[in-house]
Amino acid sequence: MTPTYQGRPFSLFRNLNAKIASIPMILTALVIFVGGTAWTVFYSFTNSKLLPRASFVGFDQYERLWATPRWLVAVENLAIYGVCTLVFSLVIGFVLAALMDQKIRFENTFRTIFLYPFALSFIVTGLAWQWILNPNFGIQQVVRNLGWESFTFDPLYNADIVIYGILIAGLWQGTGLIMCLMLAGLRGIDGDIWKAARVDGIPTWKTYVFIVIPMMRPVLVTTLVIIASGIVKVYDLVVAQTSGGPGIASEVPAKYVYNYMFLAQNLGQGFAASTMMLLSVVIVIVPWAYLEFARRRRHG
Amino acid sequence: MAEQLLRAAPELAVASAMPARARALSGPHGPRPRRRFSRRNVFIYGTLALVAVYYLLPLYVMVVTSLKGMPEIRLGNIFSPPVEITFEPWIKAWSTACTGLNCDGLSRGFWNSVMITVPSVFLSISIASINGYALANWRFKGAEVFFTVLVVGAFIPYQVMLYPVVIVLREIGLYGSLWGLVLVHTIFGMPILTLLFRNYFASLPEELFKAARVDGAGFWTIYLRIMLPMSLPIFVVAIILQVTGIWNDFLFGVVYTKPDTYPMTVQLNNIVNAVQGVKEYNVNMAATLLTGLVPLVIYFISGKLFVRGIAAGAVKG
Repeated sequence: MTPTYQGRPFSLFRNLNAKIASIPMILTALVIFVGGTAWTVFYSFTNSKLLPRASFVGFDQYERLWATPRWLVAVENLAIYGVCTLVFSLVIGFVLAALMDQKIRFENTFRTIFLYPFALSFIVTGLAWQWILNPNFGIQQVVRNLGWESFTFDPLYNADIVIYGILIAGLWQGTGLIMCLMLAGLRGIDGDIWKAARVDGIPTWKTYVFIVIPMMRPVLVTTLVIIASGIVKVYDLVVAQTSGGPGIASEVPAKYVYNYMFLAQNLGQGFAASTMMLLSVVIVIVPWAYLEFARRRRHG
Repeated sequence: MAEQLLRAAPELAVASAMPARARALSGPHGPRPRRRFSRRNVFIYGTLALVAVYYLLPLYVMVVTSLKGMPEIRLGNIFSPPVEITFEPWIKAWSTACTGLNCDGLSRGFWNSVMITVPSVFLSISIASINGYALANWRFKGAEVFFTVLVVGAFIPYQVMLYPVVIVLREIGLYGSLWGLVLVHTIFGMPILTLLFRNYFASLPEELFKAARVDGAGFWTIYLRIMLPMSLPIFVVAIILQVTGIWNDFLFGVVYTKPDTYPMTVQLNNIVNAVQGVKEYNVNMAATLLTGLVPLVIYFISGKLFVRGIAAGAVKG
């Protein structure tokens, strides 16, 4: 089906229908993805306020960005949230998947239960957990009513630990998916591997750690990319649970960008912050893509 | 000591040795161990049940809270079932809850979301399926380059493209309207959907396509008469993916629409997180459940197809 070019005069019109059909894709790729990104990066070097203006100020916006406490809090929060999400969702997801893989009954019921939060909007998740973590009515009050008067558990109202309150909701929503991906990975492993490990008398946990997990590398990489790309985007959850509070304690970069672009009318700051977000993704994605493609080439 | 026991009760020894051997040989892929209440099973089911309770708890709390009256909420604890069941909060959330000056409840957001989701799903899937078909069966020079850009573009944080899209929408006069948001969803749904359809069409036997070509069928005929009828499952997966994704969207809704056209998620957030007024937690929870109902119903009906959909669409985040 690949067109063969035999010196035909109007090669532009070959496959014309396919080209017409691809116009939306080409426009999206060029105008929005390439054009939009280039535009934002370009205007992050200007001092645009209410409207984008092409008056350049060099790296001023970036210097101001990294001198703003709010941004520093946002970056720190994202780092804590990111590391914890990565570790906990991988560990919990894998353990759940390993338990589900033991030929258990009611597997479908368990899977349905673990996965349903993922169908919900982050707003719904955030509001539900905001209610459960409400210090006057939620878990804290329930435990106090039981007689433990000094019990304190108010993560959403304590600036020091507020990001962990958001983490609880995030994990609740996301680990089901990770469990499903891991389970698919475990199911993809040849049963003979398990038999061979048995014959050699290797304990189960060792089989998992030294044989099964290394064999699940492709699934793990996919999972990692999925978790990582979800982390950078975290926004709705924070808005619903705390609106960034108390004070600015639960600010995240995505929210910082939104505030400066659409509320504070300081477009240049917003562009600079979003460019930093892009940069962080590039730093993660590029080495991964490079390694993956290098591997594929080596293995043919 | 153990040997004595074994000799003393041979039946017992057989009974306890059997599962041990079966266990040693089985692992996760062997036959199910005979004894139901072995320590291993108790551990597995115990852990899973505990986790299941944790996962179900928020849903339970939401349902219970939404069925209580405010006095009961102030007195009782959030886990206790309602003494007196009332549907008042649900009615209020749907028809009279206030956001700012508007007091016509979540129903407006619901219908906005319907009017956004239906055309967005239809448009994005039509465009992406035709794109995927062109990429899989009618490759032309440069197509792969655009496709690669598209897929890589899916990893760019939306925040980077938010403002350029505002400008584009303003230029074509759709900023703030439902159709503008439809266009945005079509654009940002394109990478994952195109990937989904391209891979699916590429997995269909090529002979079908060739035979149709020999019989003189063209681009659109083959798509409509052969590809479309053959790929209903993948269309269902795409529809599930898009309906839940678009219904649950918050960021695009809050950026590209005005209060009159806010989708349900945005309106919900405004109702619950309103600063002024007395907090009515039961109404809030009813509103939250109402918003979550559509994706939940889809989830419980579609079952395994949903898993396929999210496995394909998870990259979208």
